[in-house]
Amino acid sequence: MAHPTLAVLERNLLLYRRLWRASVFSSVVLPVLFVLSIGLGVGGYVGGIGGTDYLSWIVPGVLASTAFQIGVGECTYTVLGDFRWVRSYHAMRATPVDIWDMLRGWLLYVLLRVEVAVVVFLVVSAAFGALHSPWALVTPLVCALLGLAVAAPVTAFAATVEHDSYFALLFRFVMIPSTLFAGVFFPVEQLPGLVRPLAYVSPLWHAVELCRAATLGGAPPWPVAAHVACLAVFAVAGLWWANRAFRKRLED
Amino acid sequence: MKRFGDFTAVDGIDVSVAPGEAFGFLGPNGAGKSSTMRMIACVSMPTAGELRILGKDPAVHGSEIRARLGVCPQLDNLDPDLSVRENLTTYARYFGLSRQEARRRAEELLEFAQLTEKAASQVEPLSGGMKRRLTIARAMVNDPDLVLLDEPTTGLDPQARHLLWERLFRLKQEGKTLVLTTHYMDEAEQLCDRLVVMDGGRIVAEGSPRALIERYSTAEVVELRFGVLRPADLVGKLEGVGERVDPLPDRILVYTGDGDAAVAEVHRRGLAPSSVLVRRSSLEDVFLHLTGRRLVD
Ligand SMILES: Nc1ncnc2c1ncn2[C@@H]1O[C@H](COP(=O)(O)OP(=O)(O)O)[C@@H](O)[C@H]1O
Ligand SMILES: [Mg+2]
Repeated sequence: MAHPTLAVLERNLLLYRRLWRASVFSSVVLPVLFVLSIGLGVGGYVGGIGGTDYLSWIVPGVLASTAFQIGVGECTYTVLGDFRWVRSYHAMRATPVDIWDMLRGWLLYVLLRVEVAVVVFLVVSAAFGALHSPWALVTPLVCALLGLAVAAPVTAFAATVEHDSYFALLFRFVMIPSTLFAGVFFPVEQLPGLVRPLAYVSPLWHAVELCRAATLGGAPPWPVAAHVACLAVFAVAGLWWANRAFRKRLED
Repeated sequence: MKRFGDFTAVDGIDVSVAPGEAFGFLGPNGAGKSSTMRMIACVSMPTAGELRILGKDPAVHGSEIRARLGVCPQLDNLDPDLSVRENLTTYARYFGLSRQEARRRAEELLEFAQLTEKAASQVEPLSGGMKRRLTIARAMVNDPDLVLLDEPTTGLDPQARHLLWERLFRLKQEGKTLVLTTHYMDEAEQLCDRLVVMDGGRIVAEGSPRALIERYSTAEVVELRFGVLRPADLVGKLEGVGERVDPLPDRILVYTGDGDAAVAEVHRRGLAPSSVLVRRSSLEDVFLHLTGRRLVD
């Protein structure tokens, strides 16, 4: 017998079949083009950071931020639409599928999307000699944890709001700042001391540092367990919130 | 009993439905029909009172009960970007059917819903009647013991409604237990063995359509229209014609056992109605009598 979680995952994959062409460009091709032009182009001017060439330095940053973008981007309009217009969660609610099945099926789908983009990106980076340690192989796991740490709370947020105008606020005040100040393009040490705590509360920064330590073969600024714990807190809190939000939305 | 904050949507109703029965909740918009259906579907929990579905308690066995229900909600919630067939197979998977079984079941139900030719089409361009048929077919994927239909034909044109009734009638003949809501009298009369009339969250009457008509109305109703004359002013002159006289804004209803005799009496009293219609009494008359209001405005 098929597990209801798998049934929900299948639905999301079936729908993805219809729009994968559009998303391949933004989630796979774009990051690759981006890292090549910035890494090779800008890298020619700035040289390196901390003894590493610039391309190798930003690859782990862009890798994690790709996972971050997919985690946030996928979980906004789609989730709201599935509640408000399609009402597909209402449809599932009338079956043995329970709220955890809906959430797991949805988040597994998002993680699959994240992993496909991350693996393609890694392969291209390896071809350009931007990976310097076998630890690079754990970056997909880091990205999965990051994906969950953002997808779960954003899904919860999307299940709470009544209108998509809230997403503009989310992008402007949460997503863009946490991308800029997360050590993707330049080290957070360059930030003024006042702004630096912003990086520490951004799940992206923790993932960027873990990925960078992995691809360059060094140690992250905080103990690995501390970075992982921060991401895990986001993931667990997000799941808890999402479960509540779904329950509330479907109950009345 | 169901409350939303301070507002009581369903105010203490007491019903039981036997297996194989077709049971209806009849009432105007806002009567609390959908709120009741959502509690029966184990989607929303009663604020107070006792509820048993298929002999089980929804608070404890929700998912187990839902596995044996077929639900056709008031608002369609088909997946517009999936094909007609995919809507059925996807839903079948929610009930744990294997892929192969889901496909087989989908073909059967496409046939049942007369949508075989549309199987590969997307849902979006389908007509309202087709979407409704698909929603009902989808509710049947798990071969449910109890089928819940919330206003199955609201908003459809007469032809689409008749086709749907015919399909629902087939389910009834197959021995399925049906619980449906409607604000159409003819629908209730066509499909329900027994029904309750709801208004303002309460039950105002219960029985079979025939029994309700016999108890609260008369065999026939004469509808009289008098052009520009106000119905209310003419009631006095109709005193004693039939068993009861009911003035509406645009016409007068005379409840009587014998319509033709009543019409003859009206003419004998020198009244000249601009139009006369003798018809069989319907649930509409029952509702009007019980609540003083019409069902659909
Ligand atoms: N989730 C809700 N929150 C607040 N009020 C609600 C909610 N759902 C329904 N109601 C109110 O409860 C009453 C009964 O609604 P409903 O059960 O949908 O009636 P019906 O299906 O008979 O038209 C209506 O007045 C409606 O506004
Ligand atoms: Mg309703």
